[in-house]
Amino acid sequence: MLVVVSMVTFAIFFVVPRLAGATAFDMANRYVGRAADAEMVAAQAERLGFNDPLVVQYGRWIAGVFTGAEYDTGAGVEQCPAPCFGYSFITRQPVWPDLLDRIPVTLSLALGAAVLWLVGGIATGVLSALRRGSLFDRAAMGIALAGVSLPIFFTGIASLVLFSYTLGITAPGGSYTPFTENPVQWAYNLILPWVTLAFLYAAAYARLTRAGMLETMGEDYIRTARAKGLPESKVIAKHGLRGALTPIVTIFGLDFGLLLGGAVLTESTFSLNGVGKYAVNAIVKNDLPQILGVTMLAAFFVVIANLIVDLLYAVVDPRVRLS
Amino acid sequence: MTEKTAARDAATGKAPTTDAFLEVNDLRIHFPTDDGLVKSVDGLSFRLDRGKTLGIVGESGSGKSVTSLGILGLHKGGRARISGEIWLDGEELVSASAEHVRRLRGKKMAMIFQDPLSAMHPYYTVGAQIIEAYRVHNNVSKKVARKHAIDMLGRVGIPQPDKRVDNYPHEFSGGMRQRAMIAMALCCDPELLIADEPTTALDVTVQAQILDLMRDLQRDFNAALIIITHDLGVVAELADDILVMYGGKCVEYGSAEDIFERPEHPYTWGLLGSMPRLDREPTERLMPIKGTPPSLINVPPGCAFHPRCAYIDRTDGKSNTVVPELVETEGGHLVRCHMSRQDRREIWENEIRPSLESV
Repeated sequence: MLVVVSMVTFAIFFVVPRLAGATAFDMANRYVGRAADAEMVAAQAERLGFNDPLVVQYGRWIAGVFTGAEYDTGAGVEQCPAPCFGYSFITRQPVWPDLLDRIPVTLSLALGAAVLWLVGGIATGVLSALRRGSLFDRAAMGIALAGVSLPIFFTGIASLVLFSYTLGITAPGGSYTPFTENPVQWAYNLILPWVTLAFLYAAAYARLTRAGMLETMGEDYIRTARAKGLPESKVIAKHGLRGALTPIVTIFGLDFGLLLGGAVLTESTFSLNGVGKYAVNAIVKNDLPQILGVTMLAAFFVVIANLIVDLLYAVVDPRVRLS
Repeated sequence: MTEKTAARDAATGKAPTTDAFLEVNDLRIHFPTDDGLVKSVDGLSFRLDRGKTLGIVGESGSGKSVTSLGILGLHKGGRARISGEIWLDGEELVSASAEHVRRLRGKKMAMIFQDPLSAMHPYYTVGAQIIEAYRVHNNVSKKVARKHAIDMLGRVGIPQPDKRVDNYPHEFSGGMRQRAMIAMALCCDPELLIADEPTTALDVTVQAQILDLMRDLQRDFNAALIIITHDLGVVAELADDILVMYGGKCVEYGSAEDIFERPEHPYTWGLLGSMPRLDREPTERLMPIKGTPPSLINVPPGCAFHPRCAYIDRTDGKSNTVVPELVETEGGHLVRCHMSRQDRREIWENEIRPSLESV
């Protein structure tokens, strides 16, 4: 899976330009200064390895991941220990430590938002389902529709303008304090991105939970639970919600995995230096190793999330357990 | 009757008319819908003593299941409009609070459902579900409840109950699941047990075992049992009394012997005629009741059964204008039919019985 992702990504950024007629010289031309002459470009192409066959280039990249590699930065040879995802063509910094630096930001953002949207979305969904057709249900589902329809760069900027710049009660964009340094400051800086991101997801989860609850509350086993004389709160939480939770676990795993690969819009809107913003920068600058690295990281999280969802599924639904 | 309920009866001026364990008087359960008022149960009365079994028989949509859920109070708080009286051991349940009825549910009255696979929660073990049912009404530790659950599973004939208690419902066979369901219903020693089509979802061979089990357990627990079914064969096995329902109303009520030996309502004849019997020639066709059950929104005027009845010419034109009364024909045997008693008996003796018994 990861190998396929790496090949496809590699192909898009290394093979397709060649097929389109670009030479090693053309490609290297992007990574030298504007005033560079032909000789410098040729040297750059040689240094970045563009003259080697594609298979060799790919093989070298893969080998770097597992064994580390040595890179000629132009100002000397530097050792890049495994896992080495290559060297930025532009900043001449190794990709992997850069990514590692940014993971905590994205992780903080994703974790906080996930807690908010799970609590908010599921609670709203349950209440909506139990009071189907009520004012609360209609209002909640209307807001949920807005939530899934409004893009982050709208809600994010609108909330920044309102809460940070007009009311001044939240941190402006671009602030991040590591959790280990000051947890309160960490939360204060992230609360607006959390809420904005959670709003988007909570809307989808509320609708999903509502649909699931409506279905399970009509099941025979709910009638059985009531016939036992269980209090209604227990019927809802222990029997109803438990049955409705399975699809939510699945979706959540995938959503969360995807988010760890970079909450691109949120990070850009709030100027958070996370993985998503790193990806945007890499793409804008056409920095191939960075693109490759961040793609691999995102793919890795998605694969891991899938694996965890599958394992979790067996915990949630005993019927899929292997006997 | 307890002091508390006696005091309340004195306050409300209500009291059961007999000392029967369960007495239902003029029970009506109506559901308002966009298409109109669904009269699922429309003026139903019966009584039942401890240790006795009542069979409620009828086609799909005759109001059997709604009646049973109504007795358990499971329509409370919903859209249903309920009127009439349900007296259980001296307590009136229709006017009681939902919370009060909930406390009785599972403890004093319990229910066995039709399809044990969908009626048990797929994500909890059988044991956990029985333990839960026991602990709602008994303040005991999990360990004690678990032991009780294992006892109950053993009692309903599940082998190795100490191992099976940790299985999930999908790991049980259909018959075993229904046994577990019965164990769950019986775990708080209910005095009234309602079984809603308890054998319909099961293999024929397993059906007999489950019916045997229920008969044995009823004897042990001395519970009042209501069996709801469309299968006259099931009630023939178990019931002391039989109530035949049609279109939300009782059309015939009597002892099992009355219903099988001297039935007087054309609908009951139809049910008997459509029941497969081994003592009949295999070449003989079953005699199904023509037509379909009535819509409970637009119940046919007059006698609800008249569109399907072969004898409407014998009712002096009353069949589609006047709703027949449920009247006693002999010794507690009640029939809701416009035909004269003499006509009914003649038709039964001369036309119906011979065709059922033709060999």
